[in-house]
Amino acid sequence: MKPPRFRYFAPQSVEEALTLLAEHAEEARVLAGGQSLVPLMNMRLAHPSVLVDINGISELAYVRPWDGGLALGAITRDATIERDASAAARLPLLVEAAHSVGHPAIRNRSTVGGSIAHADPAAELPAVMLALNAEFEVRSRSGSRTVSAQDFFKGYLSTDLKEGELLTELRVPGLPARAGSAFVEFSRREGDYALAGVAAIIALDEDGTIADARLGLCSVGPAPVRPQAAEALLRGQRPDDEAWAAAAAAVVAVLDNPLSDIHGSADYRRHLAGVLTSQALATAATRAERNR
Amino acid sequence: MQDEDFVTIRLTVNDVTHRLVVEPRRLLADVLREDLGLTGTNLGCEHGACGSCTVLVDGQSVSCLMFAVQANGHEVMTVEGLARNGQMHPLQKAFWEQHGLQCGFCTPGFLMTAYELLQHNPDPGEEEIRSALSGNICRCTGYQHIVNAVRAAAQALAQTTAEPSGTAV
Repeated sequence: MKPPRFRYFAPQSVEEALTLLAEHAEEARVLAGGQSLVPLMNMRLAHPSVLVDINGISELAYVRPWDGGLALGAITRDATIERDASAAARLPLLVEAAHSVGHPAIRNRSTVGGSIAHADPAAELPAVMLALNAEFEVRSRSGSRTVSAQDFFKGYLSTDLKEGELLTELRVPGLPARAGSAFVEFSRREGDYALAGVAAIIALDEDGTIADARLGLCSVGPAPVRPQAAEALLRGQRPDDEAWAAAAAAVVAVLDNPLSDIHGSADYRRHLAGVLTSQALATAATRAERNR
Repeated sequence: MQDEDFVTIRLTVNDVTHRLVVEPRRLLADVLREDLGLTGTNLGCEHGACGSCTVLVDGQSVSCLMFAVQANGHEVMTVEGLARNGQMHPLQKAFWEQHGLQCGFCTPGFLMTAYELLQHNPDPGEEEIRSALSGNICRCTGYQHIVNAVRAAAQALAQTTAEPSGTAV
C-alpha cells in the first residue's frame, strides 16, 4: 500500500503555486497537510501525476483578527488553532472543532484549508464553517474571488474550486453579543471520524430569548448540512429543553441521506444527529447565558 | 527512470545528518526503515489510524502520512533516539517496568507520542494521557498498563529534572 509515482513541486510562494497549478491543471493535486490525500494515494484511490506541496508557503500560515473574528491562512494546522489564544478568545468553536480533528499526530499536520478543500462530509471544519457563516478566498492566475461556505460545498468531496484554483484564506466573522457556541460529536474512538457531529451557535436577546441560532452538521449526508428550518424554529423562543427538542426533530426531518455502514445505520445516524443537536444547543445556550 | 524522478534531501535523524536520494513518493517512515535501517519505526495501517509509525519532526509527532521529501532540512527523532549513552529513556524504563508492552509492535509509536505529551504536559492526568494516546492502537495490553507507564515516566522525569545533574526530556 504505497503511493503511485508523481512529480513533486514545492513552491515557496502563492504566485509560484498558482503558476504550477495553471501549468498542470488537470493532473495536479494540491498537497496540504496530506492527512486525507496521502491515505487516498496509498490506497490508490487517488493517483495525481503532479503534486504541488504548499507546506513551504509560509505566507499561508497565519491566524489574524478579521471582522470581529479571524482570518486563517490555508495551511494553518489544526494543532495551531487548538493552542491559539486569539482563536480561544474570539471563536472558541473553532478551537473545540480543531481539537476534535483526528489525533495529535494528525492535527500536527492537518490544515484548515485542506479540510475545506477536500470537503469530506465527515470532517468537522466544513460543518463548523457553515455554521459560522465563513467565506473563503480562492486564487488563481486570473485573480481572486470570495465564496461563502454556503455556496462552496457542492456534495461528496465536491466543492466550488475549479482547476488552477487554490484556496488561500478562510475568513470567519465573529459572533454577535450574548452568543455561545458548542461542537459535539460522537465517534467509536476519540479522534476517529464521527458518526455524527453538530456545531451550534446561540445568540440571546437582552430579555434572554433566542435572537439567533445556527447549526452545522457533519457525517449525516454527502455534504455538510445547515438545517435552516431548525434554526428558524428557535428564533424568538425561550432557550429550554422544549426548544431543543423541537429543533432536534426538525434536524432529523431534513436528514434524508445519512451514510449506512458497519459503524452505524442511516436511522441510527439520524437519531444520533437529533440527540447531539439538543446537546450542542443546550451547551451553546449555557455559554451564551454566561456572556450576557 | 529519469533523474528528475529523484530528489536529493538532507535529513537530520537522531542528531545525525544524512544526505539521501529519494523518489518523492516514498514515505518518511519507509526511508527511515529502508534507507537508514532504523526499523524501530513500524508501519501499521498506512492511513493515519494506528499510530505505530509515529516519529517526531522538529519536535512534533507525525504519522507515516508524510513524504520523506517534506522532511528535507528538518530534524527527525525516532524511537532509536530515546536512549542516551546506553541508558534507556525513563519512558522506555517505565514501559518495561509497568508491563506497557507485550508484542511490542505498537510500542515505538506509543513512546514517541508519550514523549511529545510529556514535553507539553509534564504531569498529565489519566484522561489527558488517554486523549493524547487516542491515535495509537495496541491490540495486546488493553491500554491500562500503557497509561500506568506514562504516569510512572512522568514521575520519574519530575524527579530527574529536580536533581541538578538530571537530564531533561
